[in-house]
Amino acid sequence: MLRLGESHYLQMVGHCYDGLPLEACGLLAGDPVTGKVERCYPTANEAASAKLYTVPGREFLRADRDAEGNGWQIIGVFHSHTHTEAYPSPTDVAQAPDPSWHYVLVSLKDEAPVVRSYRIVDGKISEEPVVVERR
Amino acid sequence: MTVEVRIPTMMRPDAGGQATAQANGSTVAEVLEDLVLQFPRLQGKFTNEDGSLHKFVNVYVNDEDVRYLERLDTKVADGDEIAILPAVAGG
Repeated sequence: MLRLGESHYLQMVGHCYDGLPLEACGLLAGDPVTGKVERCYPTANEAASAKLYTVPGREFLRADRDAEGNGWQIIGVFHSHTHTEAYPSPTDVAQAPDPSWHYVLVSLKDEAPVVRSYRIVDGKISEEPVVVERR
Repeated sequence: MTVEVRIPTMMRPDAGGQATAQANGSTVAEVLEDLVLQFPRLQGKFTNEDGSLHKFVNVYVNDEDVRYLERLDTKVADGDEIAILPAVAGG
């Protein structure tokens, strides 16, 4: 389960809209055991593409340090799909680096954004609940 | 030279659960080799069979990406900080 504060949810979805017409991405830090997000780090999309995303390595490094300094870990990554469903693409699955991460997809295909989260382990995709909490 | 290496979460189970490790070497390649000697399960996690860095692994020396330095031949000095991070990308 992925647990997000409402502010994180809005930050994430807002960043995805800001990135249009390109895909947007960012990292999520929090507690790896409970899946509770404590901070959202919107990043640039180094791929600058409507179909691909790359989190710039140095932004990942900075986020990783900041998270650790606060006693958290990077526990996931989010990115937008501008014209397709909120489901991992074959590229997402092939390049998923960490089986313990939450892979969050934000689809902007329809009028309202759709946010879904997945675990990707050995190429197998399983959806998990996303809980948005008013904190 | 002894340097501190930051190990990404996905590789920690293969590195005794540690977030950082001390390793020796005068280049990034030597440091990574020393790390594999300490933690044999890390064998093959950083480099390809031809010894080049995996496409999906980024290595930083004091926050500089070694791909923009001298790759695995990048020199390291005592007290440098090496960070290994997976590339985060998709479609």
